Amino acid sequence: MAQRIEIKAKLSDSRAKVRKKKLQSLGFADKINDVQLVDVYTVDSVLDASQLEKVASMLVNPVTQDYKVAQPLTPEKFDWAIEVGFLPGVTDNVANTTKEGIEDLFKTKLNPAEGAYTSQVTFLSGDLTKSDVEEIAGNLANKVIERVYIKSYDDFLKGGMDVVVPKVKIDQLPKADIVDILNVDDSELKRIGKMGVFDHDRELNVNEYLQLRKLYQNDELKLGDLLKKDDKYFQKVRRGPLALDLTYMKTIQDYFKEQNRNPSDIELESIAQTWSEHCKHTIFADPIDEFEDGLFNTFIKGATDTIRRKKGDKDFCVSVFKDNSGGIVFDERYLIGDKVETHNAPSALDPYGGSITGIVGVDRDAMGFGLGAKPFNHRFGYCFADPRPKQKIIDPSGTFADPKRRDARIIDRVWPTQKGKDPAQIIPDVFFKDEALTQKMLSPRQIMDGVIDGVNFGGNCSGIPTPQGFMFFDKRYKGKPLVYVGVQSLIPRESAGRPSHEKQAQPGDYIVMAGGRVGEDGVHGATFSSEAMDSGSPVTAVQIGDPITQKKLSDAIVKEARDLGLYTSITDNGAGGLSCSVAEMAKECGGCHVELDKVPLKYPGLTPWKTWISESQERMTLSVPKEKWNQFSDLMKRRGVEATVIGEFNDSNKCIVEYAKTTIMDIDMNFLHDGLPARPITTTYTPAVYDEPDIPLLEDLTNSLHSMLSRPNMASFEFISQQYDHEVQGGSVIKPLQGKGRVNGNATVTKPVLDSEKAVVSSQGINPSYSDIDTYHMAACAIDTAIRNAVSVGANLDHLALLDNFCWCSSDEPERLGQLKRAVQACYDYATAYGTPFISGKDSMFNDFKGYDENGTPIKISVPPTLLVSSVGVMQDAKKAVSLDAKFADDLVYILGETNDELGASEYLAMKGEELRNEKYIGNAVPKVDPKKNNKVYRALSKAVDEEFVASAQSVERGGLAVALAKTSMGGKLGMDIYLENIPGSSSRDDFSVFSESQGRLVVTINPDYKEEFENIMKGNAFAQIGVVRADNKFIVHGEEGKEIINTNADNLLNSYKTTFEDF
Amino acid sequence: MAKPSFLIPTGFGTNCDDETELALKNSGINAKKGHINDIIEGYINLNDFQGLFFPGGFSYGDDTGSGNALANKIRNNYWDELLKFVEADKLVMGVCNGFQVMVNLGLLKGVSGKLGEQQVALDFNDPVEDNPNARYFDRWVDLKFYNNSPWTKGIDVTQFPIAHGEGKFFANAKVLQEIEDNNLVGARYVEGVICKDQNLQADPNGSLNNIACITNPTGRLIGLMPHPERALWFTQLPNWTLLKEEYKRKGEPVPKYGPGKKIFDNAREYFE
Repeated sequence: MAQRIEIKAKLSDSRAKVRKKKLQSLGFADKINDVQLVDVYTVDSVLDASQLEKVASMLVNPVTQDYKVAQPLTPEKFDWAIEVGFLPGVTDNVANTTKEGIEDLFKTKLNPAEGAYTSQVTFLSGDLTKSDVEEIAGNLANKVIERVYIKSYDDFLKGGMDVVVPKVKIDQLPKADIVDILNVDDSELKRIGKMGVFDHDRELNVNEYLQLRKLYQNDELKLGDLLKKDDKYFQKVRRGPLALDLTYMKTIQDYFKEQNRNPSDIELESIAQTWSEHCKHTIFADPIDEFEDGLFNTFIKGATDTIRRKKGDKDFCVSVFKDNSGGIVFDERYLIGDKVETHNAPSALDPYGGSITGIVGVDRDAMGFGLGAKPFNHRFGYCFADPRPKQKIIDPSGTFADPKRRDARIIDRVWPTQKGKDPAQIIPDVFFKDEALTQKMLSPRQIMDGVIDGVNFGGNCSGIPTPQGFMFFDKRYKGKPLVYVGVQSLIPRESAGRPSHEKQAQPGDYIVMAGGRVGEDGVHGATFSSEAMDSGSPVTAVQIGDPITQKKLSDAIVKEARDLGLYTSITDNGAGGLSCSVAEMAKECGGCHVELDKVPLKYPGLTPWKTWISESQERMTLSVPKEKWNQFSDLMKRRGVEATVIGEFNDSNKCIVEYAKTTIMDIDMNFLHDGLPARPITTTYTPAVYDEPDIPLLEDLTNSLHSMLSRPNMASFEFISQQYDHEVQGGSVIKPLQGKGRVNGNATVTKPVLDSEKAVVSSQGINPSYSDIDTYHMAACAIDTAIRNAVSVGANLDHLALLDNFCWCSSDEPERLGQLKRAVQACYDYATAYGTPFISGKDSMFNDFKGYDENGTPIKISVPPTLLVSSVGVMQDAKKAVSLDAKFADDLVYILGETNDELGASEYLAMKGEELRNEKYIGNAVPKVDPKKNNKVYRALSKAVDEEFVASAQSVERGGLAVALAKTSMGGKLGMDIYLENIPGSSSRDDFSVFSESQGRLVVTINPDYKEEFENIMKGNAFAQIGVVRADNKFIVHGEEGKEIINTNADNLLNSYKTTFEDF
Repeated sequence: MAKPSFLIPTGFGTNCDDETELALKNSGINAKKGHINDIIEGYINLNDFQGLFFPGGFSYGDDTGSGNALANKIRNNYWDELLKFVEADKLVMGVCNGFQVMVNLGLLKGVSGKLGEQQVALDFNDPVEDNPNARYFDRWVDLKFYNNSPWTKGIDVTQFPIAHGEGKFFANAKVLQEIEDNNLVGARYVEGVICKDQNLQADPNGSLNNIACITNPTGRLIGLMPHPERALWFTQLPNWTLLKEEYKRKGEPVPKYGPGKKIFDNAREYFE
């Protein structure tokens, strides 16, 4: 029988205080007087009253909490109660710990029908209507993963909240179905590929039928699924997207024709997973225009191959593009792995669960690097729409630009273009996933809060520091945010007498799944992220990570099993689940035979195809030699990790899956991995041209600088740096917040081996706004920025590698693909020019939201083409790392690099446009990178850092020189006197000088004693001393003609810098 | 004298074990990490050790309250052995989550009542000026120690980092009075160089009486929220780049270690 155990704080409850503040901020400031919280554990078991009492004592903190068993713990006074719990099947970490605790307490196993579930009741006092409370509930709970119950005070008195057991019940018979693809026409093939395998008929009444016919009048595929049989109406319900187009479906049809049979559902689903854009990266692999080897081989891997050849015996790459992470040399004993992933689509639906799964998921790319590496550093990057209320939401390029021009055609256009409608690029305040306007998308603030929280939980719980990151804001991220998560890892070069970066499953090895169990979560994740998001997006695409289950697994693998040599290969279960991990590893030996009924399930009844492709988290697949199995199994048991043999690797050239003693999948390895036909890509490219904005030059730029610092793209995100543990593992050298002013730096330094002098530098570069003008220069600037940021803290170009993460949009359109091609070409040009190889990369090609505005008008919101470049480098001596803050009065301030009139798509133009016409300006003079000049500057700076002449260094990034100088000044809480007369470059006016985003520049301060030495090292480069650090905090900039153009002080600057997100 | 041996229990989400092990070894202690299950099942014998160090981390993900689930696990399976150990002439320290475990086990408490009875709590952080939403909070703090434990001998005012979401020290008035009257407060959050330089408040979490650390009456058992193992090296300090410039300009050598090392040196010296 199910009973509720309710727990509540005795006195002050800080969580309730925070909850109250949050709810009040939703517009209920005057209406909510009090908030109280009660935690609920619903225990569904055969335990008797005295046993439940013991369970309650185990759960409660006797010092701070009260509890009641089987009766409500009611606050004295309240008006409404809202209870939020998880939906059936959603990972409930606390409940799992509770179950484990109960079993340990009574030294017994709960039977599969018993269970524990958690929920929380929020009691509200105040003058609230039912609809107020519903709105509040909508903010407390995410209906994608949670259930909500609301009771008024009077209702509650009748017996408290209800006892609810969210147990998963599956009615289906767990078996494999045959899918007819041999005897169907092309439109059915298309339907199967796009909407999925037919599952069952849903009966409709005549009105529903007619409504749907009208709705689908322009959608031949959906229309074809509406049927009339014997005066009854039906709609075919399908299992969700396979993301296989007609070319692929035909190829599959041909294969099975040859086999003389139809495929089973699991075969079709398995091929769909393996061939998905998410797994095969077909857009980067397929021939494109004149490049037959495709973008990846020609330009990304091509760059790395060229650089490695040139470096010869100085090549520091060890494992590139072939494993779960890229690998470089750290020292004689260790390698460093690095990987950056995105988790965009799930984060739009369930930001919290989506981002936990992202960060915990990328950690498995460390565990799956070589024979298993230990994660020592996280990084993050978030692209959101501005979360602050009442922001302008009209896109400039739509209203003001010539509609024939490219910006008007492809940015945020109304989708599909409505006749007679102004093509104004309006992103509505509120929009919906579905035509019926029932599935409202989350607000930018909800997405931002949830995503930040999720990485907090996932990163902190895993005991991995998360120092490095950024936020970038553009309203085009309102439909789909971009959530970048990365992990750096450490692995000894040799483990159990083997090179640790190599692995090979052997015929005869057991296929072992270790870690979590399999449930319905994450079914169709891989094919889902290969499609644009619309109302068909499966809700089960969202999984919630369980960092502790993974931590137990990770520790057992990388701290013990690896170095005992207990397995021959390992990979993670991410996209596509077992179907991808087992098939991938089977390539290493030539085949596999899986017994699917041996896979441990979260709940009974899961169908075989779901078991095979489920993306349930925290699982690794390993190949364990038979003679090592007992030792491996025993170790995992002692570490509380479930490990199960689910089959055997072999060299049969077949991937065979058995279920209930029947073969349900039998596909040639060759077809599965290499059967997909190439689909040559043709691209187009139209250069963008914008009006040149005419900006009046202000004599006093003080306010401009203050406004600039408070813009979301520039402002302090200290609240993130402080809630992400950046010191665990003890390796922190250059922290995310630097100097007395606690200013966010743009690179961090971490020691992965604490008793070594060496350290790892990591940084990022991202400039999506430049894509509005030219994606080639966008990519060039991203690379230059990542490198420059790394050099600013002490990295050296000779030991610096890059990672690329493309987040594109509408990648089925020739124009978007043309933009992609240009960006990728820039990657080759600039990586080779700097000699910084790409070691790992990932792409996410359909970051488009398709939905409806409040009036039911279809809209499409596409993210700007976005490339994140991350750098990873090794510095020889951590004690030489440099922070950004000015150190002492009278230190000399230098600018390195040239400042030109490069303000196209800059933050300054955006700001001026918003000031002058309510919409950002774009302009045309996008910053261009001169790698030859910059290379020399960066190498000279590295030498100066190595000789310890540099007291502070700050790379000039978005916002330009004034922002960089302000950060140096704010960091040290020391003022500056700056003179722009000698500033190198061709900048034509003062505001351009201070806000230009010319690349290749850094601001450094040095001890005046080193003036001569420093200038000697810099000789031959464009550089100039432009001022001195003051003893007080006054920040004064003189223009090119000597006049004061900025006069403020470090404290005021800090104030502007930190106000924007102070309530976050 | 032979090196003392210390055991660091690990597993179920502890995560400061490696740096803790290094910090102990660096001060000349034989440090060994041992999985809780291996300790419970007898693969590792507690009697082989002079010290026990509960490391920081997220045992059981803080589910059901930080430190609670791991404390239950120990209480259910290893209580008698642990009790014997803490009553002998041994040293025991818990840092952050380790402190939370010790508090939940009733090893650190007031003076009345019996060992094992939980009397104090490390509750959810309170909203404070520097952390208005009471989240997990990573920063450096200034600490005043009271020289009432062998672990903290000779430490007065110093700086360590904290990183926690549940660190608010709480006890009822009677227990709190006992703790104060019997000089069991090991350290408090105070205003010092970190607060002054970085413009931060002394109190990071709303702890009663600003308590950051308590000991048992002998001082051999101690728990603290701040992390000495993250203040072991000079380059871990938040302001080391500034200090380095200062030392260089004065012509003084740049130190290798940070203030946390003293804690581990003290542990070794106790057994000399």
